Amino acid sequence: MNPDASTIAAGAPIDVDLAPIADGQDIKVFWRGKPIYIMHRTKKQIEEARAVPTDTLKDPATDQSRVKEGHDQWLVVIGICTHLGCIPIAHEGLYDGFFCPCHGSQYDTSGRIRQGPAPANLPVPPYQFVTDTKIQIG
Amino acid sequence: MSGPSDFKPSNPALQWIERRLPILGLMHSSFVAYPTPRNLNYWWTFGAILSFMLAMQIATGVVLAMHYTPNADLAFRSVELIVRDVNYGWLLRNMHAVGASMFFFAVYVHMFRGLYYGSYKEPREVLWILGVIIYLLMMATGFMGYVLPWGQMSFWGATVITNLFSAFPVVGDYIVTLLWGGYSVGNPTLNRFFSLHYLLPFVIAGVVVLHVWALHVAGQNNPAGVEPKTEKDTVPFTPHATIKDMFGVSVFLLLYSWFIFYMPNYLGDADNYIPANPAQTPAHIVPEWYYLPFYAMLRSIPNKLAGVVVMFSSILILVFLPWLDTAKTRSSKYRPLAKQFFWIFVIVCILLGYLGAQPPEGIYVIAGRVLTACYFAYFLVLLPLLSRIEKPRPLPNSIADDVLAKSGKVAATVAAFIVAGGLVIGSAQSVRAEEADTPPANRWSFAGPFGKYDRGALQRGLKVYKEVCSNCHALSYIAFRNLADPGGPGYSTAQVAALASEYKIKDGPNDQGEMFERPGRPADYFPSPFPNEQAARVANGGAAPPDLSLITKARSYERGFPWFIFDFFTQYQEQGPDYVAALLQGFEDKPPADVKIPDGSYFNKYFPGHAIKMPKPLSDGQVTYDDGAPATVAQYAKDVTAFLMWTAEPHMEARKQLGFQVFVFLIIFAGLMYFTKKKVWADAH
Repeated sequence: MNPDASTIAAGAPIDVDLAPIADGQDIKVFWRGKPIYIMHRTKKQIEEARAVPTDTLKDPATDQSRVKEGHDQWLVVIGICTHLGCIPIAHEGLYDGFFCPCHGSQYDTSGRIRQGPAPANLPVPPYQFVTDTKIQIG
Repeated sequence: MSGPSDFKPSNPALQWIERRLPILGLMHSSFVAYPTPRNLNYWWTFGAILSFMLAMQIATGVVLAMHYTPNADLAFRSVELIVRDVNYGWLLRNMHAVGASMFFFAVYVHMFRGLYYGSYKEPREVLWILGVIIYLLMMATGFMGYVLPWGQMSFWGATVITNLFSAFPVVGDYIVTLLWGGYSVGNPTLNRFFSLHYLLPFVIAGVVVLHVWALHVAGQNNPAGVEPKTEKDTVPFTPHATIKDMFGVSVFLLLYSWFIFYMPNYLGDADNYIPANPAQTPAHIVPEWYYLPFYAMLRSIPNKLAGVVVMFSSILILVFLPWLDTAKTRSSKYRPLAKQFFWIFVIVCILLGYLGAQPPEGIYVIAGRVLTACYFAYFLVLLPLLSRIEKPRPLPNSIADDVLAKSGKVAATVAAFIVAGGLVIGSAQSVRAEEADTPPANRWSFAGPFGKYDRGALQRGLKVYKEVCSNCHALSYIAFRNLADPGGPGYSTAQVAALASEYKIKDGPNDQGEMFERPGRPADYFPSPFPNEQAARVANGGAAPPDLSLITKARSYERGFPWFIFDFFTQYQEQGPDYVAALLQGFEDKPPADVKIPDGSYFNKYFPGHAIKMPKPLSDGQVTYDDGAPATVAQYAKDVTAFLMWTAEPHMEARKQLGFQVFVFLIIFAGLMYFTKKKVWADAH
């Protein structure tokens, strides 16, 4: 009763072209049925994320650990609230990150949980940079 | 069922069967000669009501399953086709959906009866635990059944509830993947939920057999809580309990029919008339009313795992009730303290239900935590304490003595239940608290128990749709032939054929393997203005115009307390049409000073958030009416809304008509049952 072969095959890695995503923009792609936010962060957003002391976080993690080195402006997170699974809205909330309308969880520009009932940061899916403007998710 | 029966049928054919399989003797000893306490009140009819509802759900469910398609791309449409095209499909669907709510309503009354009269005490502990198992199976079945139509609430409710299991350490994610059958709620999930939803009711039936067996071993409890001692204490099940149950069932059917025929969507959520969209979460995810108290408890606890544990514990604690409440006196009738706390507990449950439908903010969160604590305190602290310190009133010597000293407070409690029930159920609708004006209430010709569509309005509305709305909005659940159906705009088949032939429909492939266009036929559906959703988005500034077939049922607005209680009695259910008509007239060129409308959007008074991507679609004189009706925006809005109410609910007139006949029948039937019951019981009282 575990996922069958065709379901697993449909979950094969996908390539996403980053060139059309402008500074400050974000897009949503689907992989394995899950929505994935790809955010082209502005310098201000990166600085805000880096300025937070990690020991104040509910789920401590540095911003550097959640992005790929040399590609700090790209945030790739699974857009599913870690509380009960709703899709948070990008560029909303007090931290200019993500805001989940279901029960009010708020995530920052690194997708880390800052406020609300969600227990964990927005998960980062497995991905790698194929070129500077293309990533493969999965 | 205690050994071979001495039941001897007179018919030789039946004797032949009886000797080989003593089923007739079993039926006789269990349901005819079976000694039942003579002081049972109407709270005891709910066992029969539940058996009846289980049979109803299985019967309607099996027929629905013949027409339903459990595939994520086809399920929603297959349910709509059942409602529209299957003979009496609308009736089957309403019976099954409303039946689930009625089933839960009856089971809650049944459980509260058990709580009040101590029916879980020795020697009925196993009977009680079997009941808890049946309840858990019912909850699983109901949850999976709600997923099947694959609406927005189906999908997102499934997402939230299956995600709960990820709270368990180690095995959590594995369980969730097994439930999903994939990486998220999707087609494999729907398929396996359909399989299990078909299976579990038969498992329930099996456990019900055990439940009735356990009941018959111990004998039924009774309002005095005193076991039968002599033959004077009991009456044979048939005809006494049988006729009383029949009367109870017929009154219950009146309530059931009120919803089926007159308020079929009152207990549901408008969002479930929107097809499931994995990319968009509804603003308020609310389960069906019967899960609300547990949802409130889940959300009260800030920790994910603790919340899940508390929620499951709130049901599992029932299993331990016989060992938590060890008071020797069974019935709360003779336990003055326990009786008062019981009613406080009932109020706690109802308030938890109300909270489960509210957004988890501010005072609702605090109230939820306090009430969750009260709920558990009742079982873990209060009942054990009362067992030790309470002094019960003296019990009657026997059931026969109890019958001679009667008192009747049934009517008041029934009335209280109805109001309380209305509160919980109605609260499940009061979650649409978006920032938008409340639409004004219109007078619709189709409102009320004798409402009918105004044919002229439907025909004018069709014209407005064709000339204005159809440029962007599809109407894909309506076929041209529906325009000639009874209870609709009332065109003739010739007019319908002519109308259809004006459209170009894509068909193919032909013998050359090519797709081609041909004139429409009555069996074709209204074509969509765009080939797919992305094309619709690009042409409309990024927002896809929704299909309008179900729009008047897919939209609603918060009615608030106490309106939703009055609505139950007045049958007000026109939130959708009032909203649509208001929206069409609610555009304003100058938004108020404090409202910012982004570029590409327009201000509308009634649209939640006020910024709508659709420009004002209607202006005076835009559509010429042939029948002389005024060519104003207000008239267009009313006419097209009436038309869209018909597209959403084409069989409304048949539904109300049959409802009236059913009500007349049931009232007469209930009356006959009542008087027969009085006659049968004349000697027993």
